[in-house]
Amino acid sequence: MAEGQLSIEEYVTGNTKHIWDLKKILKAHKVLFDHTFKKNIVKKGYANRTIYINLSSKEIIEKKVTDKMKQKFTGGRGFGLKLLWDSIKSTTKWDSAENELIITTGPLCGTTQYPGSGKSLCLTVSPSTGIICDSNVGGFFGPYLKFAGFDALEIQGKAKNDVVIFIDGEKGRISVETAPLEETNSHILNEQLTKIYASEDTDKSRQKISVVSAGKGAENSFWGCLNFSFYDIRRKVCRMKQAGRGGLGTVLRDKKIKAIVVKVDKFDGVSNNPADPEILVKIGTKLHREIRDLDRYQCNMRAVGTSHLVEIMNEYDLLPTENYRFGSFPKASNIYSTKFYKHFTKIIPDGCWHGCTMACSKTVDGFTVKTGPYKGQKVTVDGPEYETVGCGSNMSLWDPLWILEFNFYCDTYGLDTISAGTAIAFYMEMYEYGILNKERCSGLELCFGNGEAVLEFLHCIAQGDKSDFIKTASKGIKRVKDWLIKNKWGDSQLINDCGMESKGLEYSEYVTKESLAMQGGYGLTLKGPQHDEAWLIFMDMVNNAIPTFADKAEALHYYPMWRTWFGLNGLCKLPWNDIEPANNSETDEPAKVPEHVQNYVDYQNAITGWNIDKNGLILQSERCYNWQRAMNVWMGRGRRKDDWIPYRSMGPVTEMEYLSRIDRYDKDLVEKIGLSKKELEKLSLQEKMKILYDYRQNQYQKLADAVYFRRGWTPNGVPTPQKMEKLGMDDPKMLKMLQEKIDGDEKAGLNVWGGRYEKNEHPPSKNPKYWEKW
Amino acid sequence: MEKPKTVKILKFHPEKCDGGLGCEKACSQVHFKSDEGGEKSAIRILKDDKTFKMHVCDHRGLCIDMCPVGAITRKKNGIVLLDKNTCIGCQACVGFCPIGAMRKSDSRIEPFKCISCGACVRACPNGALELVEIKINDIREIVYHKQGV
Repeated sequence: MAEGQLSIEEYVTGNTKHIWDLKKILKAHKVLFDHTFKKNIVKKGYANRTIYINLSSKEIIEKKVTDKMKQKFTGGRGFGLKLLWDSIKSTTKWDSAENELIITTGPLCGTTQYPGSGKSLCLTVSPSTGIICDSNVGGFFGPYLKFAGFDALEIQGKAKNDVVIFIDGEKGRISVETAPLEETNSHILNEQLTKIYASEDTDKSRQKISVVSAGKGAENSFWGCLNFSFYDIRRKVCRMKQAGRGGLGTVLRDKKIKAIVVKVDKFDGVSNNPADPEILVKIGTKLHREIRDLDRYQCNMRAVGTSHLVEIMNEYDLLPTENYRFGSFPKASNIYSTKFYKHFTKIIPDGCWHGCTMACSKTVDGFTVKTGPYKGQKVTVDGPEYETVGCGSNMSLWDPLWILEFNFYCDTYGLDTISAGTAIAFYMEMYEYGILNKERCSGLELCFGNGEAVLEFLHCIAQGDKSDFIKTASKGIKRVKDWLIKNKWGDSQLINDCGMESKGLEYSEYVTKESLAMQGGYGLTLKGPQHDEAWLIFMDMVNNAIPTFADKAEALHYYPMWRTWFGLNGLCKLPWNDIEPANNSETDEPAKVPEHVQNYVDYQNAITGWNIDKNGLILQSERCYNWQRAMNVWMGRGRRKDDWIPYRSMGPVTEMEYLSRIDRYDKDLVEKIGLSKKELEKLSLQEKMKILYDYRQNQYQKLADAVYFRRGWTPNGVPTPQKMEKLGMDDPKMLKMLQEKIDGDEKAGLNVWGGRYEKNEHPPSKNPKYWEKW
Repeated sequence: MEKPKTVKILKFHPEKCDGGLGCEKACSQVHFKSDEGGEKSAIRILKDDKTFKMHVCDHRGLCIDMCPVGAITRKKNGIVLLDKNTCIGCQACVGFCPIGAMRKSDSRIEPFKCISCGACVRACPNGALELVEIKINDIREIVYHKQGV
């Protein structure tokens, strides 16, 4: 479809149609417990209550949202952190009954005027990391949850058998029902439930339903994602967006939740009851126009979504290839966005929430599945986004159709493409070195480029295969590293240097070897190596705009705080800097996109009626960011040792990598480390690699020193009680806990700088107990 | 349903216009039951040096594909209509209209536009406005992807 006007009835996907006995499926539901609630009106962005469901004790309780809670935690991810702090223990594991799965909205969530305003924030104790993981996701669920009457949904306990939780905003009732007959895999389940719970058999009614589910893969791995549905009235398909990172879907299935369904009664452009709707219209329309006029010259999101990044990353040697060994590859042009553009359906408002004209949620319709249980069927594939394409290159798979198949199965099985792709790339490298082999991989020839084996691996996970390899490998890189080392199958340093995980979470798809700031952007994080905290590669590596440690630390303070803010409010980050005003480069701080920052100041004030400025936004984030770090500390993590990153993300692990970029690394040895050219010539390759290794490891520790200092943490990375109080977070239990942890670190001699400083250098402060003066 | 081939759109004869803005007042009556005209009117008459310009929707219909909830449709008689009961006020159509003819008034969140009702034509004492029937294909010269779609 190149052009023309598409009336809603006209478009046909060509997907395989299914006929189910929906009455029979619904009849098999038995209501286990329920709760009726008074429908209330959202006021200035808040529903002013949250809902708590305990699947073990069969309780449903409404909790009030106080003004104090709004002031300290803002909403969204902040509310999630507050609810978790009140409910879990420091010893809670991902599969403990008291672990919670939380879905929150945020005060700006559900606005239709400003692009990117439909995000839900999901939190839980992650199976991958053992600490809190937060994930930001599109789809209709968050806005509908709020318009049904709740700022957050909090689920504790476990059901005995599969259940569906149905939040009926039309009738004002929540029910927990057995759900024995539905399919588990998301693309089918979401469609079944949408049809079952829609009030009428019309597209309009189906558009008022949103489903959260995870498939069979989520049950049998640590990579479970949550699929958030949004019904597309043109495609007539339940499309989905993923809360991918950290195994949220694994927790959903561990609680025996097959799906959570929300139905909204009615909503319109002012369902948030904003304090000043006209401001929203003004800034929203301004942004729509910017996107209309400039997107095609900037990111081309409306045509190809985030896949436009593939060619840029390849060009700058940042596209992870063969488990991050390289940053570009001769075959990469096979998977450039132009190759996917051919397959994408065009001329449809592809926002994952109403009014998002950034429209990055592309699909391929009528895609013929080639393997597995849905072989031969035609389906809609949501995506692929950049990260998923990047997984293709990371596994050395260069066929767009294969990437679509991988994308489809990861989604419907409820598997995070990033974690799965990055982990499999690591297994492939281990296979290449003989550390893994066919026998150790349950018969799979998991070498680079073997797409068939990868898909077979996914199908084995979904089937619940119990062989050693599938069982271990589906838990991710960290467990596999331990397994390989325990079995003495390979050199432990090589294994640890190559496995791209930190805190237990797999890396997302950027090569960070040449950007120290981005190494920090992945390592000095709360949940693990995900690019949503900071993306500083261009600023650091390409533009060299933050040359000193203090500059980098400032960036690693500001950007994680700024990006956290989107999660507190239920927003998407893309409309902030993936579209920029035409004169942005002429501003003082183009990387911050000052005009858009001002939009967000106006936006939050217009919804809530508050009167804050741009520093106020950062303060909101700083409160929650430090709170989450403090919770990591509380759970026994959140120290310097936990911010460890593998050497593959810092520099060349293997001789091949060094040789492939020998000019660059040799230049570093001369210019940065100060070797003379003569000295360089005398060194063997191994010696050069060792010098570079020590240098870059030390650089990372110095960066951590600078960042901890800037963030107001101890040299071991712990937020201090003084800092928390300064931010207005005065929970006595938390302050006491932090003081005890700091005292413990002091006794153990851990409150010291991590970098080695030469005579002419100095750590961020001469007083390692600098915080005590605050 | 067979697709409409023609649509009636407004034609302006500036030489007959005296700038009385009776058309705008009539239009705001239709949309807001108010005779304020101006920002409550879908048709705008703007002074252009010594003459006048008309600014109004030409029913090319690019907005149809912009609407996430399908509130904008082309009716049997060819006109592009926004159903305000379905509209969720996102302003995507307002922002993306290449000629700025999808309008927004402060008095409600949903935008509004010309529906070729002819109220303005009837209101003009000088016969400066006229509804003319044209082929839809002729106004669809703007290619979608050029609009960033």
